[in-house]
Amino acid sequence: MKLKRNTILTFIALLVIVVLLFFAEKSLNPYYRRILNLCAIYSIFSVTFNLIFGYTGQFSLGHAGFAAIGAYVAALLTLSPAQKAVNFFLKPIISPLANVELPFLLALIVGGLITAILSMLIAWPALRLHGDYLAIATLGFSEIIRSLMVNMQSLTNGALGLKGIPGYTNLFWSWGCLAVCVFIIKRLVDSSYGRAISAVRDDEVAAEALGVNLFKHKMMAFGVSSFFVGVAGGLMANLISTIDPKVFLFTLTYQIVGVTVMGGMGSLTGSVISASLYTIFLEALRPLESQFTIGSLTVPGIPGMRMVIFSVLLLLVILFSRKGLMGNNEFSWDGLFRLFNRLRSKKGDGSTGGDEA
Amino acid sequence: MTTLLEVKDLTKRFGGLTAVNHFSTHLVEGELCALIGPNGSGKTTIFNVITGIYEPTEGSIIFQGEDISGKRPDQITKRGIARTFQNIRLFKGLNVLENVIVGKHLRLASDPASAILHLPNYMKEESEMRRTGMTLLESLGLDRFAEDEPTSLPYGLQRKLEIARALATEPRLLLLDEPAAGMSPSDAEELMAFIQHILDSFDLTIFLIEHQMRVVMGICPRIIVIDHGEKIAEGNPEQIQNDDRVIEAYLGVVDHA
Repeated sequence: MKLKRNTILTFIALLVIVVLLFFAEKSLNPYYRRILNLCAIYSIFSVTFNLIFGYTGQFSLGHAGFAAIGAYVAALLTLSPAQKAVNFFLKPIISPLANVELPFLLALIVGGLITAILSMLIAWPALRLHGDYLAIATLGFSEIIRSLMVNMQSLTNGALGLKGIPGYTNLFWSWGCLAVCVFIIKRLVDSSYGRAISAVRDDEVAAEALGVNLFKHKMMAFGVSSFFVGVAGGLMANLISTIDPKVFLFTLTYQIVGVTVMGGMGSLTGSVISASLYTIFLEALRPLESQFTIGSLTVPGIPGMRMVIFSVLLLLVILFSRKGLMGNNEFSWDGLFRLFNRLRSKKGDGSTGGDEA
Repeated sequence: MTTLLEVKDLTKRFGGLTAVNHFSTHLVEGELCALIGPNGSGKTTIFNVITGIYEPTEGSIIFQGEDISGKRPDQITKRGIARTFQNIRLFKGLNVLENVIVGKHLRLASDPASAILHLPNYMKEESEMRRTGMTLLESLGLDRFAEDEPTSLPYGLQRKLEIARALATEPRLLLLDEPAAGMSPSDAEELMAFIQHILDSFDLTIFLIEHQMRVVMGICPRIIVIDHGEKIAEGNPEQIQNDDRVIEAYLGVVDHA
């Protein structure tokens, strides 16, 4: 009975989301559409980081570099041969790539696969390291990838970047990829493999003594995670249509870490909520960076003001809810109804002092 | 009586420190044997070498006729050696039942893809894992805590849960590293009865470390004593209690002057 109610609610919610996306895609102006697309892309970044850090306990800071790989692969595979010729005017692109043009879905998948393979090659030696050392090594690799992209002129067009990437990404692509990503990662972490990687996170020595092959399981988490990072990179390239190595600075990784911590380690819905709030807030706070007046006080436009506010918000979240917005809980209908009931009983019992301490 | 485990001339050095020095012994199937010795005598190092956490500097470990020295801990566990730790190492992010069935993961045949897609072969294995995990908890009297967080259990039960988790890997040999550490004498006695119960109801061999001699005297028919990494005595409790070198190791040299 209860299960049925929840299934119906989930079904209705999915239907509502699809209808909303449909109308958003049809009638919303491009600026808002872009924000909604970015919400989904940042959610994928955050969910995948959660798999690596929140569930497997491996503090990897390679996200920006991995996203760059996915973005460049997808961009190079979707650019038309004519557009490529326009882009690569300093040095021609290496021959086999010049005439390739793949459909978007295939480009995303290839981008994801190449990202997964390259990141696993990096992880092979790096996963022998633990904690901060792994973080430093992966951060270094991420920067190496970026500087390779600046210097491999005939493959990436160097610092000039790629322009005129077809804008295939729409709300269905981005939110669809997010749905597939969350579905797969959720199923994975709830499975026996998920228990094994959580065991690795909690105590490597004990996990290994119970027969968990540390290397294999860390690699699996890394591979699945970076596949979707690559896909998200591809979505991003085909959304903003111009990419250059500067888009994938390590600050992107830090944003992802911050967003994931704010959402809650070990909560995929937390990651999605947090990433969406972050993207929307960042845009909503944009006026703060231009000149504005509060009463008689005139504040000059300070670039970077948004990030200051964001940092304060992050601090507030950590201060009041140490484990992030969702802790390690997932969104559930039962949880939502419990919350409603609690709020209602608090209001109702306000005069009598309430029944809970 | 077939030999299950043979430790041949084992030496483990850490730089200039010799933690274990030419240690040899063997365990026969179905026995309960204790390894005792003062603090820092190398007991845990021997366990760590047997379970693959350390590689032996010299010597070899033969388990069921196969040389397992230098293999990874998970490979050794797969071959049938399970262990517990001196300091409790439960998985805090998993509940009691999940802690136990992590030990079943190594026998999982389904690949991650069938786990993600909930294919019938995985779903069958998953429910089988949960069922046998519950049966194991029931047989050890832990079933009513199945959904609890391991850290919410009292200390003694956390110890038992660690043993249950090791048993989930279906070992032929169970190594217990100071299972009664930090327990009151009466709790320790109860735990020893629990260990005897495991020996009687599961088809396995138990090798346990203890540094309080009193605790093992009652239940272990055979005791090995080491000091400074060397075996100084081996025999039944009576022989051990009357051995001069054991008394010396535990109490110091008797001054006859």
